[in-house]
Amino acid sequence: MKDSSCLILKFLLLGLIGLYALIGTDNTIADNQELDIRGNVAFQLRGFTQDALWADQNSSDVESSISGEWEVRWRSEDNSQRVSFIPFARWDENDDKRSHFDLREAYWAYKNGEIELLFGVNRIFWGVTESVHLVDVINQTDLVEDLDQEDKLGQPMISLALQKDWGLLSFYLLPYFRERSFPGVNGRLRAASPVDADNAKYESGNKRKHLDFALRYSHYFGDIDLGLHYFNGTNRDPRLGVGANNSDVVLNYDQIEQIGLDLQYTRGSWLWKLESFVRDGYEESFFASIAGFEYTFYQVFEGAGDVGVLLEYQYDNRSSYEAATSADNDVFIGARWVLNNMQDGSILAGVVVDNKTSEAFYSIEAESRLKEDVVLELQVRLIAHSEPGESFHPFSRDNYIQLQINRFF
Amino acid sequence: MSLIKKYIVDIRLIVFISALLGIQLDINTVLAESLEEKGFNLAARSDRSDRGFGDSETEMTMILRNAAGKSASRTLRFTTLEVPDESIGDKSLILFSTPRDIEGTALLSHAKMLAPDNQWLYLPALKRVKRISSKNKSGPFVGSEFAFEDFTASELNKFKYSYLKQEVCENLTCDVIERTPLYDNSGYTKQIAWVDSTDYQLRKIEFYDRKGSLLKELIFEDYRIYEEKYWRPHRLVMKNLQTKKSSDLVYGEYKFKVGLTDIDFVKGRLPGLR
Repeated sequence: MKDSSCLILKFLLLGLIGLYALIGTDNTIADNQELDIRGNVAFQLRGFTQDALWADQNSSDVESSISGEWEVRWRSEDNSQRVSFIPFARWDENDDKRSHFDLREAYWAYKNGEIELLFGVNRIFWGVTESVHLVDVINQTDLVEDLDQEDKLGQPMISLALQKDWGLLSFYLLPYFRERSFPGVNGRLRAASPVDADNAKYESGNKRKHLDFALRYSHYFGDIDLGLHYFNGTNRDPRLGVGANNSDVVLNYDQIEQIGLDLQYTRGSWLWKLESFVRDGYEESFFASIAGFEYTFYQVFEGAGDVGVLLEYQYDNRSSYEAATSADNDVFIGARWVLNNMQDGSILAGVVVDNKTSEAFYSIEAESRLKEDVVLELQVRLIAHSEPGESFHPFSRDNYIQLQINRFF
Repeated sequence: MSLIKKYIVDIRLIVFISALLGIQLDINTVLAESLEEKGFNLAARSDRSDRGFGDSETEMTMILRNAAGKSASRTLRFTTLEVPDESIGDKSLILFSTPRDIEGTALLSHAKMLAPDNQWLYLPALKRVKRISSKNKSGPFVGSEFAFEDFTASELNKFKYSYLKQEVCENLTCDVIERTPLYDNSGYTKQIAWVDSTDYQLRKIEFYDRKGSLLKELIFEDYRIYEEKYWRPHRLVMKNLQTKKSSDLVYGEYKFKVGLTDIDFVKGRLPGLR
């Protein structure tokens, strides 16, 4: 394999062949087999409140974008096999890097009693906290989608899960690395220099084809939910360096090894949360943790709605030799209002404040169903008190209000 | 002398009255015990008529209506695993299929008797499994007039009972039982349940809120029998008498003994449900 894209293509083809083999062998799908085709299209408008900070960034106040996700799922009659195929695409008016395509999922899974084997592209979520997903290390972040890092690129994998009465044990072999998506030259929400995404550097000679490995145990003990993990492979977070021509940002993907845990204690209206890891990074070993709680007031104001109050402290003792993080000594305070009405309306508002620099990142996310298959979303992101050299400063003039309308089918 | 006599008479009278009162109190206690016992036995007969169903699966549609007559619906699959031990509750799994934006959302519950249930919510957008507080069992379930406790709290030992009366309900005779929740965080001070004396099934429940006033009325309709033994209502109509909102639950056919086991009701299996 000379070309690294061959492997992902192989996965894609295998997924398609698998899908064809399973569905195509029988032209008439039996009633109790389930083939489910769904999806959604979304139209997004982002209105920026200020002019762009960096040269070449698009200067229009309002950016429009369209995205679509198609979900094809199949399940065998006896429930032992399932296939998922979820392509995603976005077209952005201004930023050709934000216009992108990804296979969120393309896998075949086989289940037999306690064992489940999965082969293909999948998304895996680990963790308990809200403001940072520290231990969620399997999938790469699709950063052009949203700054909150909750959108993930599909990860090619072979996974084996063993469900016992003492917990779930999962093994992951990750044969192909996905590079993080970054805004292009014209895009907003980027660093001073655009990222030279095509020339990423790897610590491993195998580059993207380094075989990563992960192991996770998760279970619950009474009121406590516990997750433990081990990861050995290419760091999903790139270390930023300066390119040869001194203008572009070059991404360095290092080899790391880490162990970590996620813990939640659920008692009454309280959810107490903790995520921690120790990572052997590029130059050093370091420790990161996030701890906090969520307390919910149920049926507030004599109505149906619930209000949750969130507080989390983010800590990280890595030095500047490592891939940068903004969540090193920060506090997140937020509130979630779930209306519990027919339209399933909800609002999540919060702020992350850096204890040292006092720069702040405000966020509001609200949504409500307009009709049976139509959902309206509002998002606001604001950066305040950010000085040059600080984490959020490159985006400090990219405050925006976003409206998105989703049509499900 | 006459004065002393009078006092003696008075004392006798007091003794007599207090004796009467004492007997009266005893009768009350005896009566109350038997009413409680009778209530419990009737509830137990109803609960135990359902024993041995093993596991079940059904699809249901929930129709929400507000006072202005506007409506919305949700469809979901409801699977239950019977836990034979009466001191532990059953396991249940709710998987939403519509509205489309919440398709794949799942709620797994391991019911306890008096302690809070263990519950996990699966959020498909993030593929995240989240342990949630089950304290909110009295809140509206997905915007409906049903509280989560309304579906799961029919377990026998979750209540204290008292028999009230027998009366005609539709074309049947019903025993009317008052039941008081013993579990924490219930939204009700009491419920009045109508259980028919032919098939021992619930026909109606009135729910009294924390202030003791009548809040909701639930009617069970369209009972069908499965395997010549297990009765299931196929339409539940819940009316909120204070807000004038209502919610219907319309059940499809039940499938029993579909082969579900404990492993189908674990949090680790939630991401692979669809």
